[in-house]
Amino acid sequence: MNLDINVSDKDSTAVVALAGEIDAFTAPQLKEQLLPLTKESGKVVEVNLENVNYMDSTGLGVFVSALKSTKENNSELKLVQLQDRVMRLFEITGLTDIINIDSTVRGGS
Amino acid sequence: MSTLNMDLSNYRDLLKQYIRTQDETALYQAEQFSKLSMQQNISPEEIINVHIQALQELYPELPEGIKSSMNFLLEAMISYGLAYQEFQSLREQQLALKSEISVAASMQQTLLTTVKPEVEGLDIGAISIPANQMNGDYHHFVQNDDNKLGIAIADVIGKGIPAALAMSMIKYSMDSIPENRMDPSNILESLNRVVERNVDPSMFITMFYGLYDPSNEKFYYSSAGHEPGFYYNAAEDKFEEIEARGVVLGVTRDTEYRQYERKVNAGDMIIMLTDGVTECRQGDRFIEPEEVLDVIKSYMHLPAQKLVEQVYKHFERLQDFHLRDDFTLIILRKEV
Repeated sequence: MNLDINVSDKDSTAVVALAGEIDAFTAPQLKEQLLPLTKESGKVVEVNLENVNYMDSTGLGVFVSALKSTKENNSELKLVQLQDRVMRLFEITGLTDIINIDSTVRGGS
Repeated sequence: MSTLNMDLSNYRDLLKQYIRTQDETALYQAEQFSKLSMQQNISPEEIINVHIQALQELYPELPEGIKSSMNFLLEAMISYGLAYQEFQSLREQQLALKSEISVAASMQQTLLTTVKPEVEGLDIGAISIPANQMNGDYHHFVQNDDNKLGIAIADVIGKGIPAALAMSMIKYSMDSIPENRMDPSNILESLNRVVERNVDPSMFITMFYGLYDPSNEKFYYSSAGHEPGFYYNAAEDKFEEIEARGVVLGVTRDTEYRQYERKVNAGDMIIMLTDGVTECRQGDRFIEPEEVLDVIKSYMHLPAQKLVEQVYKHFERLQDFHLRDDFTLIILRKEV
């Protein structure tokens, strides 16, 4: 499986739309695109996971390092439209308490 | 160059034979020639050079244009020759790395080996199978002087060697916690500080720590974002998820972990696992948590060690004997 990464970076907000699976094979690509965005002070990085049907713990690792980077660089990370299976992973790991996740709109099939 | 010169006449004869007869055997021998050249580290441009010389011997009247074109081809092949040399040296390096990794893997095995303890009144089963050479799952039994049994089960996120190294760090930090501070919440809080300070930002660790006290038959536990296990209530013949909230180790500095406790009755089981168990896939389909419980249930009549082994075998078959993730399952059953 592949991961499509679509970044639209306008002014102070970057929207990263993902589609596919985030696993050990695709996580490095995601990291490469996501981390530089968080290095810009004041930037809001919104990641849309509506079309991500599978994520494993390597994917969580990418979001954790992005979160740490936002704290160092005074930017912001926000995850939106998570599918249930992906949301569960954030819940189990307790990351829902420390990452800004908008779970009001669920993504997915 | 001497071997090559020796082969030049051979190559020329082969070429001559092929031009005359279009014979398949000559083609086959050309293939052998190229394999032999590779073994002797002969570069592609050298073979073209041999070809040019053979051609000139066979056709002394070769048109000037063809001759130049061959020299042109020779120049064009030089980069391929260099790339091939590089490939050779990478291959050697890879072999060296491979053997180093297997040494490291066996060292990890030795370092992280844990002995399943004998505890009166408890039947214990444990299995941990790595998907790759090095195991990113970790479990450890600690038996204190006061007979309490500590069980740690953890998963390092980030696979392979860095994960394995982090695991060793965890093991040694845990060994250095004084025995009178072995309650689950305290252990996770100390480990969290260690991991937060020392580990790469994209790496973190999930851990469940349980402590069974035979004197009051209570099980104390805390979780750092670990895949929830299950509790089997024998009186009601029901499984329930072990709920324990807590963030993964290594993300925020001063995290506090809540400690839970429950009384363990005869016949009850505590099931601890990693996501390699619950994230099993059959083809493209994920298994549901209920399926794990159904499988456990079907082997529940067996002693705990046989039980975990049968559950593993079931999921190994389901995934065509190809694990995607490390698989660890521990079951404690309070004997009647």
